[in-house]
Amino acid sequence: MLNQEMGEIIRKAQKAGWIMEPEAKRLLSLAGIPVPEFRWVSTLPEALKAAEAIRYPVVAKVVSPDIIHKSEVRGVVVGIKDKAQLTDTFSAFSKLEGFCGILIEELVPGIELIVGAKIDYQFGPVILMGIGGTGVEIYQDTALRMAPLSEKDVTSMVDSLKGDKLLKGYRSTEPVDLVALNQLMLNFSTLVMALENRFESIDLNPVKCTANGSIVADARIMLSG
Amino acid sequence: MTDKCAEVSLDFTRLFHPKTIAVIGVSLTNDSHPANVIYNKMHLRYPVKVYPVNPRGGILKRDRVYADIADVPVRIDLAVVAARAKFVPKILQRCIENDVGSAVIISGGFAESGRSDLQEKMVSMAREAGFPFIGPNCLGIYAPTRFDTFFLPGERLVRPDPGRVAIVSQSGGVLVDQMVKFAEQGIGLSLAVSIGNKALIRELDLLNYLADDPETRVIAFYIEGFEKNEGRRFVQLANRISKPIIVLKAGKSAEGRRAASSHTASLAGDYRVFSEVLSQHGIVEAQNEFEMVSFCEALSCYQKSIRERVGIISVSGGHGVLATDICIARGLTVPQLSESVQQQIRENLSASIQPIASLENPVDLTGSARDDDFVAAANVLSRAPAVDSVILLLLPYSPGISSDLGARLSYVFGREGKPLMAYVPHQEKYRMLIEGFELNDVPVSSSIDGAVLMVEAIRRCRPC
Repeated sequence: MLNQEMGEIIRKAQKAGWIMEPEAKRLLSLAGIPVPEFRWVSTLPEALKAAEAIRYPVVAKVVSPDIIHKSEVRGVVVGIKDKAQLTDTFSAFSKLEGFCGILIEELVPGIELIVGAKIDYQFGPVILMGIGGTGVEIYQDTALRMAPLSEKDVTSMVDSLKGDKLLKGYRSTEPVDLVALNQLMLNFSTLVMALENRFESIDLNPVKCTANGSIVADARIMLSG
Repeated sequence: MTDKCAEVSLDFTRLFHPKTIAVIGVSLTNDSHPANVIYNKMHLRYPVKVYPVNPRGGILKRDRVYADIADVPVRIDLAVVAARAKFVPKILQRCIENDVGSAVIISGGFAESGRSDLQEKMVSMAREAGFPFIGPNCLGIYAPTRFDTFFLPGERLVRPDPGRVAIVSQSGGVLVDQMVKFAEQGIGLSLAVSIGNKALIRELDLLNYLADDPETRVIAFYIEGFEKNEGRRFVQLANRISKPIIVLKAGKSAEGRRAASSHTASLAGDYRVFSEVLSQHGIVEAQNEFEMVSFCEALSCYQKSIRERVGIISVSGGHGVLATDICIARGLTVPQLSESVQQQIRENLSASIQPIASLENPVDLTGSARDDDFVAAANVLSRAPAVDSVILLLLPYSPGISSDLGARLSYVFGREGKPLMAYVPHQEKYRMLIEGFELNDVPVSSSIDGAVLMVEAIRRCRPC
């Protein structure tokens, strides 16, 4: 299932030990998993141009092989409104360790899920889905299944979450597109099985879900040593 | 690393159905040596031919002790080895050379105490020869009415009846304890195997064997952990087996505390993965020994899964409410019965009960109820499509309830096929009532919690 470009992305990331966000997103989109429109640029003029094309407000994230947890070094700014703010952001990011560009991305709305995978010692590749956002490790509202997933597995994962009502429509909120979410999970499962011996863990966090679909807003793929 | 968990295609016939057994390592001087305990019990109490072996030869209890396995005049199906670890590889080799069919290695002193080398030597010998052995460092096999290799004197053991549940345990102590509880609860055993260091024969091999064992209908495991990817193969094999599988996992808190590089890695701890993957594959996980016993009892009677809607019949309002609370806490439901179902029950109750019984579900027949009232209510609920199982809360001190009711209610199950679980409060005093149920395939618990757990077991034995 891995095509040449996917193989190339993994090969290039081997040295750093993980696949940085722009490359991870490229890999996901090659696997049929929706990602937001984004540009990976390395100069300020390019950044400004990218933001014009995508349209403000945008999200900016630092790209660096040395920065795995971007938000811990203030390497993520959400909702940049204009040129001035983007210029300031660019200047701050360019001082961060290992800076090798900036990712400009459309702002996507939605309920936040976490989707992930890891290689378990006893059971091999397993897939996780849960209520995402910053409280993810506090609430631990997650479901785990051994990969590959069947459609029935995906349905039972959603049903087993305490927060499943958030997805199925709660009070005035519209239910999310569960068909699209299921498809995302199945495509992710196929990718996980194809990558089986080459990764250690994957976080798609958050995955943003709305009535119009599900889209991976951030992604990190840790490769196996 | 050597692939410890490859499904070994070994023939287990002589291991589990031996006609001739050699006990290697008997002492000529110490009657309480494990080998002597094993030799004595097999010699005296089981329909097998047993031969003692010790390199010094001699006489043990008026029988000849053979100096070497080659001297034994018959072909040996099973060698039980209880000699010091350093001698065991050589003994195994002699067994293989002399066409012995299999072995149980009781002795400790191998991988668990730093002598992996001895253990690996035995595994490679056995693999090459296609020679199955259990252990080392284990109690071995307990096959009711056929033989057992437990070095526990017969008079100290509590022996469950022969039956349909097989247990496989990494720990010998836990296994013996489960057997005590099985005997207490009237759960029958088809086979019990303590696998110890599980050097050659592991959970997977026994799952494979038990899947085809005609005497076993339920397979229960006590597992501390799997080797790399062994869990994956275990659940994949379980998927292809129609018998219910129950697992009690120990070492839940012993998480690998590796620094997690991602949220997923930190959220998906070893035990959470274990638990959820088992449930994904329809394996019933017992949280503790109490659940293990209840699940084994229920699944030995019923192997087909059901939905979550429970009917409850009692002669005490309080018991009905307690049972309802436990059902709800366990994710079961206690749906209200329709007017027409209630009407059908009421019509069949005795005249004095009709005006006072409360029939919404839980059905409270009141303390004035008689056997006939209980049977009438059980009949109607067993036919009502609104519930999938029925919990019978019997309070035999109630004067209208007789000892015959167990058997009478069991016939309702026999006729209608809907699973019934009974609660009877005192094991000894109401023995006949309980046997009326158990001998007719209706499980009984001595607690309300236990009765609800039984429903949960049959609801859970399928992919979630």
